[in-house]
Amino acid sequence: MECTDYKRMDENRVKAHWEHFRHGADIGVRGIGPTLEAAFEQAALALTAVVCEPERVRPEQPVEVRCSAPDAEFLLVDWLNAIIYEMATRHMLFSRFSVHITDLTLAATLWGEPVEVARHQPAVEIKGATYTELKVFRAADGAWVAQCVVDV
Amino acid sequence: MDLSRFKRVSDYEWRVEPFGKMRVPAIIYASEALMREMDEKVFEQVTNVATLPGIVKAAYAMPDAHWGYGFPIGGVAAFDPERGGVVSAGGVGFDISCGVRTLTTGLTVADVEPVKKQLADLLFARIPAGVGSTGSLHLSMEEMDAMLKGGAQWAVKRGYGTEADLERIEERGSMKGAEPGEVSAQAKKRQKDEVGTLGSGNHYLEVQKVAEIYQPTIAAAYGLKEGDVVVSIHCGSRGLGHQIGTEFLRSMALAAKEYGIDLPDRELACAPINSDIGRRYLGAMRAAINCALANRQVITHLAREAFAELFPGARLELIYDVSHNTCKEEVHEVEGRARRLFVHRKGATRAFGPGRPDLPAVFRDVGQPVLIGGSMGTASYVLAGREESEAHAWGSACHGAGRSMSRVQATKRWSGRQIIDALAARGIEIRSPSLRGVAEEAPEAYKDVSAVVEAADRAGLAHKVAKLVPLVCIKG
Repeated sequence: MECTDYKRMDENRVKAHWEHFRHGADIGVRGIGPTLEAAFEQAALALTAVVCEPERVRPEQPVEVRCSAPDAEFLLVDWLNAIIYEMATRHMLFSRFSVHITDLTLAATLWGEPVEVARHQPAVEIKGATYTELKVFRAADGAWVAQCVVDV
Repeated sequence: MDLSRFKRVSDYEWRVEPFGKMRVPAIIYASEALMREMDEKVFEQVTNVATLPGIVKAAYAMPDAHWGYGFPIGGVAAFDPERGGVVSAGGVGFDISCGVRTLTTGLTVADVEPVKKQLADLLFARIPAGVGSTGSLHLSMEEMDAMLKGGAQWAVKRGYGTEADLERIEERGSMKGAEPGEVSAQAKKRQKDEVGTLGSGNHYLEVQKVAEIYQPTIAAAYGLKEGDVVVSIHCGSRGLGHQIGTEFLRSMALAAKEYGIDLPDRELACAPINSDIGRRYLGAMRAAINCALANRQVITHLAREAFAELFPGARLELIYDVSHNTCKEEVHEVEGRARRLFVHRKGATRAFGPGRPDLPAVFRDVGQPVLIGGSMGTASYVLAGREESEAHAWGSACHGAGRSMSRVQATKRWSGRQIIDALAARGIEIRSPSLRGVAEEAPEAYKDVSAVVEAADRAGLAHKVAKLVPLVCIKG
């Protein structure tokens, strides 16, 4: 399962995209992008894709989230858990993300809409983002990678 | 899994002597076939658990063990607070007190078969299931705290069930030591509309028939006979438990160094039982156990209402309610001395045998029911704790099957519609708000639960008592 956003390409020609990877009973989310922010945005899209096809979700209502952490890996888990929390308490799904990170503090806007079961066909709720296979790093080709397993 | 690293103690017990930082041995109960199929990660995780401070006797894994978070799913470990023992948020997991309860209905297959489709529709309409679903209860913060303190007892007081139900729930329906004040506002907000909802993933409500009895005396004591119809409910503490797990996993992972704990894996996040964070987690985790017990109690009430419409006079009576993601303070005998231990069961069920004083009187002669949920469309089992269970893994047994295929692989191979039609042809009615959800839960995406149950029986963890097969399955 993969989705590519061709609009986000930098000089290094790193295409922002996301993918899922396997973990026993659960599933891993991986965001890849030219910047740390882009990788975090793509990881968020991969998170939505665990629940439903992101293309089915209209990016209509904005929701702001903020979090900060002692390192980039904890920040990724906090970011994904902040989205999971907004999904659960607002009964919403999100398909567009804009992330800004300064000194390990993240400020983001998520755009989405309330869950509509018939149209979204949500498969599963996400319980939480985990520290399993948790990695945030810059690959040899310059791409930023942000990944972890989520418990469903 | 490579078996050369294990000492084969018996056909169903495999032992790893301590090496590296392990404080105690690691022991897996399984058949050779299950051991060979088992994920390599189980070896790594069960031996990691054996390194944690204050662990007593051994780190154990059940026959259904698979790759989990820190602990393997199917992991059991006990810690002594007087010897620096820890409590681990990772060792309990996100779905705190996820569990199974089974109820007799007094009905037979012949009663239910003619109206099976109507029953499926009615249960599906009554029981909120799936992503974004909300219950009819919307708790004020005051009521939330009362629920977190009282568990199923709270639900019964509010009219959801009867006093008689409480006898048939672990902890008599209410976990002592719950501290609603240690549960964050966020966790409570996440639960506000979720009381009485099934959730999603592998959670379900099933109407099942008793297909086979293996231990007639114990089955009779549980009220089970062949051809009877029962109802089983599998779900947990919903958003509240998930949020508590998330928050304490983070704070314990960050605080471990302060307590001089060298974590081999961040997911093993833990803190000394006798520490501020350890005590706070225990208070919050016990509140989440109550949340799960209340949740299953409210769903039971909804199921009773649905049955009453189609079968006036039918009585749904609880056999037992067991949790399989918990940490509980229990007294166990170690080297001839009774010790107070904190037993973590992550994807493992308590399986206390006859004579255990903490069991309700009705189970003291036969041992407690151990309810093993199958996956959608496959068999479930009722087991019974036995005296020798205690000598193995603190009186514990397996909890289910575990996946053999990822969700992505399952959706590539099958469509939801295909599975619903195939199961209907086999006489099983599936109702779910999500076709993709059904595809991800395809019966073939799970391991064979029968082999796991067989191994638990042969290993002496529990007696195999009865086999249940589904007639109706409501999936989240």
